[in-house]
Amino acid sequence: MAKSRNSIASILAAAGIVAAGVYGTASAGPDDNQLIVEGQSMVTEAAAPEGVEVEKIYSGWRFRSSETQSLQMDDFENPAMPLVDIGTDIWGTEDGAAGKSCQSCHNDASDSMKGIRAGYPKWSDKRGKPHTLETQINECRTDRMEAKAWKWESSEMLSMTALVGFQSRGMPVNVTTDGPMTKWHDMGKDLYFTRVGQLNMSCANCHEDNYGNMIRADHLSQGQINGFPTYRLKWGGVGSSHRRFKGCMENIRAVAYKRGSDEFIALELYLASRGQGLSVETPAVRN
Amino acid sequence: MWKYSAVLLAALIGTNSAIAADTAPTDVKINEGEISSSLTGKAGDPASGREWYAGRKLGNCLACHQTTDLKELPFHGEVGPPMDGVADRYEVAELRAILVNSKEVLGDETIMPGFYTFKAGVRVADKFQNKTILQAQQVEDIIAYLKTLKE
Repeated sequence: MAKSRNSIASILAAAGIVAAGVYGTASAGPDDNQLIVEGQSMVTEAAAPEGVEVEKIYSGWRFRSSETQSLQMDDFENPAMPLVDIGTDIWGTEDGAAGKSCQSCHNDASDSMKGIRAGYPKWSDKRGKPHTLETQINECRTDRMEAKAWKWESSEMLSMTALVGFQSRGMPVNVTTDGPMTKWHDMGKDLYFTRVGQLNMSCANCHEDNYGNMIRADHLSQGQINGFPTYRLKWGGVGSSHRRFKGCMENIRAVAYKRGSDEFIALELYLASRGQGLSVETPAVRN
Repeated sequence: MWKYSAVLLAALIGTNSAIAADTAPTDVKINEGEISSSLTGKAGDPASGREWYAGRKLGNCLACHQTTDLKELPFHGEVGPPMDGVADRYEVAELRAILVNSKEVLGDETIMPGFYTFKAGVRVADKFQNKTILQAQQVEDIIAYLKTLKE
């Protein structure tokens, strides 16, 4: 692992992508750049939601190099956009025994899916727990289309969450955390502050106490999830927020929870609540 | 509370330090922010310490601490204080205690891991169960290296 991290770091350094963090160039805090995507201005900083112990909240975009930032400002350069196109194809394709496509019930995604991503995870009475976009999509597939559920990190699922999320781009994150969601919010908050692994660190140690600081080659962000699914240069592809959580926990030498586990759903809800008011940036680009 | 019990328990069970060269992590006692004697009974080697200090799978100290002496290496972190001049600020016994388990010296809130303790977070990955981040001699070597970082 160290070897691959090394080699990626050196490739980025050789390409001039990582300017900050080289010895002697301290870089504190987010930058002042403005994220304008295809002419649409994104909210990348906002007042901290109640109970969140930071001065302001910032999108992870504000902590990235200008080269990485620019990839997200132009949809032709955004390496995640092909997934939105694939998602559009899948949207209109019938699948399963019921002979339905997404479009059969939901018509045009650009109308029916507008604002959906911004409100997820969301309580489901039927499920008796919150739905993430992934579990909601799979419920549609198994119950209405009579098709097979997709795996969490499959290209089909990522394409569909990218397409659905894209319809909320520019809209503020706005999850509900009261009512039956209270318990889930609190569980996510507990997880956020629980130290894990041999390195004995919590999410808060890096992303609340030390955002803006370099940790080796990484410029620590606030760990906001308003851009997922996200194209990550380190992955060379698009991934879910749960994949990112897993990677973080493994870096701390902990046994990660599973994608789609109650723990990661709760954490996703809590993190979304820490980003209330930031624009949905799906699909974002990060390093 | 439990950490004191662990120390007490270790004391009651007795130690095998008379036979083994290294003091076991459970036998190490931090006394008022200090550990006065070497964990191995031997002096540290600063040249090796410099290597463990920078090594990503070892101390990885550079991940958080800027260090002018290692300026040939890229990516110095900013999470902890710079280590330039640390030799003038801390005694060996203090550095040893901080490295062994920073939380007992700097307080529970510190982000700094303990490098020679089993007191870790929950859900430690299998391959790191009951293992310390560094070996006793590596801790001593890093202390020896830190003592070369004078103003």
